[in-house]
Amino acid sequence: MTTNSGATDTATDERRTDHEVEVIRDRMHTVEIVSDSGEGAQKCGQIFGAVSAKMGNGVWTVEIIPAEIQPPARSPAGASGNRIRIGTDEVTNWGDRTNVCVAFNEQVLVARHRLDAIESGALLLVENMWKDHRDEDIRAEWTAAMDELQGHGYRIIEVPMEERCLTVVDDARKGKNMFALGMLAWIFDRDLDLTRDQIAHAFRKKSEEVYEKNVTLLELGYEWASENLDVRIDVPPGLEGEDMVVMNGNQAVAFGAVAAGMELAAMYPITPATSVSHQLGEIFHKFGGIVHQAEDEIAAAGVAIGASYSGKVAFTITSGPGLALKTEFLGLAIMSEIPLVVIDVQRGGPSTGLPTKVEQSDLLATMFGQPGDAPHVVMAAATIEECFHSMITARRIAETFRTVVIVLTDANLATGVQPFRRPTLDPVWMGSRPDMSPVPEGKPPYDWDEKTGLSQRFIPGQPGGMHTLTGLAHDERSRVAYASDINQKSSAMRSRKLAVLHSTLQPPKVNGADSGDLLVVGWGSTKGAIEEAVEAAREQGLAVSSLHLRFLSPLEPGLREIFQRFRKVMTVEINYSDEPDDPFITEENRRRGQLAWLLRANTLVDVDCWTRVLGEPLRPGVILDVIRSNLPKGGAA
Amino acid sequence: MSGHSCSLLFPVEEDREYSMSDYQGAQARWCPGCGDHSVLTATQRLLASEQLKPEETVFVSGIGCSSRFPHYVSSYGFHGIHGRALPVATGIKLHRPDLHVFVVMGDGDCTSIGAAHWLHATRYNVDMVALMLDNNIYGLTKMQTSPTTPEGYRSNTQPMGSFLPALNPIEATLGVTNASFVAQTAEWMPAHLYATLEAAYKHKGFSFVRILQRCPVFTGDIYQDAVRNPEMIEMLEHPDGVEVPDLHQIYQNISRHDPRNMDAARELAEKTDRIRVGVFFRDESRPRYEETRHLPLHTTDEKMGILNEELDKYAV
Repeated sequence: MTTNSGATDTATDERRTDHEVEVIRDRMHTVEIVSDSGEGAQKCGQIFGAVSAKMGNGVWTVEIIPAEIQPPARSPAGASGNRIRIGTDEVTNWGDRTNVCVAFNEQVLVARHRLDAIESGALLLVENMWKDHRDEDIRAEWTAAMDELQGHGYRIIEVPMEERCLTVVDDARKGKNMFALGMLAWIFDRDLDLTRDQIAHAFRKKSEEVYEKNVTLLELGYEWASENLDVRIDVPPGLEGEDMVVMNGNQAVAFGAVAAGMELAAMYPITPATSVSHQLGEIFHKFGGIVHQAEDEIAAAGVAIGASYSGKVAFTITSGPGLALKTEFLGLAIMSEIPLVVIDVQRGGPSTGLPTKVEQSDLLATMFGQPGDAPHVVMAAATIEECFHSMITARRIAETFRTVVIVLTDANLATGVQPFRRPTLDPVWMGSRPDMSPVPEGKPPYDWDEKTGLSQRFIPGQPGGMHTLTGLAHDERSRVAYASDINQKSSAMRSRKLAVLHSTLQPPKVNGADSGDLLVVGWGSTKGAIEEAVEAAREQGLAVSSLHLRFLSPLEPGLREIFQRFRKVMTVEINYSDEPDDPFITEENRRRGQLAWLLRANTLVDVDCWTRVLGEPLRPGVILDVIRSNLPKGGAA
Repeated sequence: MSGHSCSLLFPVEEDREYSMSDYQGAQARWCPGCGDHSVLTATQRLLASEQLKPEETVFVSGIGCSSRFPHYVSSYGFHGIHGRALPVATGIKLHRPDLHVFVVMGDGDCTSIGAAHWLHATRYNVDMVALMLDNNIYGLTKMQTSPTTPEGYRSNTQPMGSFLPALNPIEATLGVTNASFVAQTAEWMPAHLYATLEAAYKHKGFSFVRILQRCPVFTGDIYQDAVRNPEMIEMLEHPDGVEVPDLHQIYQNISRHDPRNMDAARELAEKTDRIRVGVFFRDESRPRYEETRHLPLHTTDEKMGILNEELDKYAV
């Protein structure tokens, strides 16, 4: 939203060109590269993002994923690529609209325009081979698209990408992405050596010849831009000196699992969670770990539970539909107090929903999905860095409390790429090997501490600990409960553990002033966008703060007191809620956002909500509008 | 491995650490006359004979009458959820190959709600013993048709009689790629049952044993003719399978079947003229899934070192 506010000045860049070049200085700038699926726009975007991160810019990269696996060429539905938002400081979200867009055909560009993804005044670089194409229909489509793009203040530049690429390759479809990268490297003055290094890394599994060809294309694009463009963009790097790593949230989950000392992941392929297992597949065996691809989601849960039961805590990775299938097994783990970590990389739902798109609709299902009373822990990572650290916390809690810990991330975190502070590894994170010492005679397998509900877990191999674990209601000796009071007691013991965990949590820290007119509460991947919006609102003098929750079950302490210091409290979430003024909707029947639902029930505060399920991350500019329209009337508190 | 023969008498060896009573868990609550009792006894006898440490032995079950089994054995037990014993057992064995894992399932568990796991566990060929106690009916929920209920047999869910031919679990298991041990026995033939369990335990791989079992309450009549008339039984014998010479006087239909011969095994499994017991197929050379697992060899500090090297690749 503030991306175009940078100072603009005109200067002559004497190093490379002999024409007038305008240099736009901006602390935050967004770039998109879009093409048909399979033309390599994503690779171009990833390399551009990685180079920018290495140069010391804050970066947030998000994939633009087509709705179909093989969409027809030149169709708006097939737009595929990357958005890269770079900044002088840390970038925490994908922003609102792009300032630069490189498009391999005019149809994918129009697709972005229709999605309101392009900022007014943006620089659009579009392949011009379609303009004079021999196919009359394509020429007509070009003309129509250009008409549609008129009147929005875009700066459209036609680029002969195909023509230029054909001077060095036979099939330009396979090379345009590096040409585009070259253009962007010139526009943003990227370090070419670093760019070549990243190309080498990206094509490390291919031949030297492939690398050489890609570098030639890069240089070709760079040269074309330097000779033909009259605008460059300067986003000064401000993060130099910090030790950083750059990866997406699923990779961070995989690394976090290893750092947490876990040794077995069981999964079944499901978008957008699967790539956690790809990353693990590359590294896990080096640590004695194994990724078990089970025959189905249920078996994946069963294998993880069997593994956890017999030793170190194991984990399973899934998304909404898979979580639904695992439900019965989660109930068993909770009932029989087997520690387990579950990663739910949320996507749009219900049912198959929006497999590749972000949503935060699994919150209540993760909390209440199991029939019967099944208390367990639910946490949500708010950043890619937290995807890493959540695994360590989750493993530790699962083990200490003998319970299931569900870690929620989502498609936004899973595919977003961001540099974050490199974790300083601590051997304590890995935990110790399970205690296999003989069990003292007479000690029962559920030797519940009356006050805390905690008990020691007996592991097969441990002499004297033999018992039969069961999903039936059971007493402290794991004997099937026939007396009526046993179920009451064992339910209390399992529930008590959450209260004990709750007692160890700190009240969350308010972002902004401790009191005011409006408090925006969020959870998960929306943190960056919410805080950017709140900061902008505060700059405009509005008394707005935000609060971001990591623990959803148990909820973090002190919420009611925090809420009472604000005139209005509302959640901002990516799940469905009824609009208050929709037909038939009343205060009584309005279905609210999932966090709002929880907070109202837990705090008895009249928490409002604003939610959207557009299949995309929230935009900070949109949240700012929401904040303005939700400020309580009647002056400051 | 040599064949497994045995006597009808329980061996009593004083110098052993564990006797059968050391594997005695809770008092079994199955109905009097239930075939499960016989399987429990034979299993406890095997544990004693093999001197398996109770703390290193895990019985995993699903839900159903037979799935109460782990409660009645003094070892580690895992009485989980319906149909899902095999994934749990796979997880245990992948994480802890040092443990002796036995799976006890009913016909509903194995061939109905958990059928996918049955197929895949057979293919994974993880080293464990899987017992399928097949009484042809849902007993715990009171007489509903199971996949192995004989065609025409009346139940509470199909009072006009089961509409479809019964599923043949031996044929089905033999049809799965990488099956390595497939056997059938009957609870009313304790010596044969024991010999089969012993062979299954000694086999390195996934040993699938279907145990024909009477439910005195709901399907007491199904096997009654076979129990009374040894003519209806055919014993498949081979030094590489099971041989029970003590039974030769009673059961005179004895055929030599080489368990290496899959074609013959499938042919025998399809036949319905007699009940065939013995090892239909056995091949220890088949790959076992747990061989892909390489247990952690590094210290925590070494792991931290490797992890740092991996993170270097993502360093900015």
